Amino acid sequence: MTDRTLRGRVAIVGIGETAYYKHGKSPDPEFVLALKAILAAAKDAGIDPRRIDGFASYSNDRNDPSRLAAALGLPELRFSNMQWGGGGGGGAGAVANAAAAVAGGLADCVVVFRSLAQGQFQRFGAAPPGGVATGEAALNAPYGVMSPAQRYAMRAMRFLHENKIGDGAQRAIALASYAHAQKNPRAVMNGKPLTAEAYDASRWIVEPWRLFDCCMENDGAAALIIVPAEQAKDFAKKPAYLLGAALGSEYRNGARGHNAPLYATSSFTTVAPHLYAMAGVKPKDVDVLQSYENFTGGVLMSLVEHGFFKAEEANDFLVPDNLMAPGGKLPLNTSGGNLAECYMHGLELQVEAVRQLRGESTAQVKDPHVSMVIAGPMVTPVSSMILGSVETL
Amino acid sequence: MSYLKPGLPAPVAENDGLDAPYWEGTRRGELMVQRCKSCGTWQWGPEWICHKCLSFDIGWVQVEGRGKIYSWERPWHPVHPALKDQGPYIVVLVELPHAGNIRMLGNLLGDPKQQVRIGAEVEAVFEPHDDAKPPFTLVQWKYR
Ligand SMILES: [Zn+2]
Repeated sequence: MTDRTLRGRVAIVGIGETAYYKHGKSPDPEFVLALKAILAAAKDAGIDPRRIDGFASYSNDRNDPSRLAAALGLPELRFSNMQWGGGGGGGAGAVANAAAAVAGGLADCVVVFRSLAQGQFQRFGAAPPGGVATGEAALNAPYGVMSPAQRYAMRAMRFLHENKIGDGAQRAIALASYAHAQKNPRAVMNGKPLTAEAYDASRWIVEPWRLFDCCMENDGAAALIIVPAEQAKDFAKKPAYLLGAALGSEYRNGARGHNAPLYATSSFTTVAPHLYAMAGVKPKDVDVLQSYENFTGGVLMSLVEHGFFKAEEANDFLVPDNLMAPGGKLPLNTSGGNLAECYMHGLELQVEAVRQLRGESTAQVKDPHVSMVIAGPMVTPVSSMILGSVETL
Repeated sequence: MSYLKPGLPAPVAENDGLDAPYWEGTRRGELMVQRCKSCGTWQWGPEWICHKCLSFDIGWVQVEGRGKIYSWERPWHPVHPALKDQGPYIVVLVELPHAGNIRMLGNLLGDPKQQVRIGAEVEAVFEPHDDAKPPFTLVQWKYR
């Protein structure tokens, strides 16, 4: 029996993005954004887009693989996959699913993509219209708990309370994203630096989160191309090998009405150990980290659950200097992330993780070999992944 | 007089009837939750099966409406048109130690800008919305 692992079996050889827009500002329909990102990824990989034979996405992406395959004139479609549930928590899960398909021989060239035009469709941060609420919504909406921020703030509030974490910890995460975005011309918040004073003076969205603790909402698309590792050297750019991926959530995380037994978590307590076990690396080996900011408190818990520091060390660890590229202990969200580059539902984080290994980031860490991505926290299922250079294989 | 301005989505029981005993109970001023008839495990939110012993014979029992604040939040930014002029409000997650530490969500009545103390004792207050379509009753919380 062979070792059941994705470690070293596949590589990301192409990355593509559209321009990033404020929500509702995309000149293109959502399907066109998806096509443009996929074609950009193929160009980056140096391949004919007709070599693509599969698609994986997450969060119920509306751009159906069969339509994409028809539109792109693909000779055949061999893999069509949607990570089930968890919204932005599925970003690394979609990569894992694509990787499993390629490693298992189901397909040879799978695109992971996400496309969003929130002007064309309903915004995430606005309540859906309608007169009644049922099921989980019935236990929340009549009390004014409707948006994702309102849905997850109490998880973070409990964690901050249990561990006596002060305002500075969440602020440091926001400041790092904004500082990195100032170096990134693609970032929506490029040219709009954030100071600690401006953060402190910003309005509450929902306590414990201020305006700058919350992600943007944007239009755009991003795509990655995944191929078998043994072919990875034949492409135009330096490959980023998948060392590990894991997805899921702990015991009864999805219990309704906020009844997850381990409530004050980002849902990674069981996922993170699987990730490190597969990748064969430890937190101290991680050279650069992209961690999905739906809300800064979710990042905080993600970092704890992935073992970068203990909860009681959060106040000391989470200071801006530690999170800045290139010199910080743990360079975090080096493109500006969901807070300040673009809310591409987190897939821009995977793109940035690849860029770091290639040496192409606008906030480049010196000679990184292990590049990690944590997808959307506090939802279920969540997912995370670790990429490595050829030297880590 | 409701804590939040009227016009938010009205809760209705699921079409498979799973949570109907809870919503019917609130109309009578009774707090009904699930307790497994086979093993005694408390369960909330409602589900068709006991998560402990996997019995489908899961019953409903009335519990006393008191508990401790487990967590909270204070929304300021309105995301629903009905709350446009609401201002801040408090949502609490209340743990019921006498019912297996199940948690229930509601608003904390009183000054919306008051300090919220995790661990503080609270009691349930039934808030009928008789003019809503369909009529319903919410379970709110106040400091004891
Ligand atoms: Zn039972």
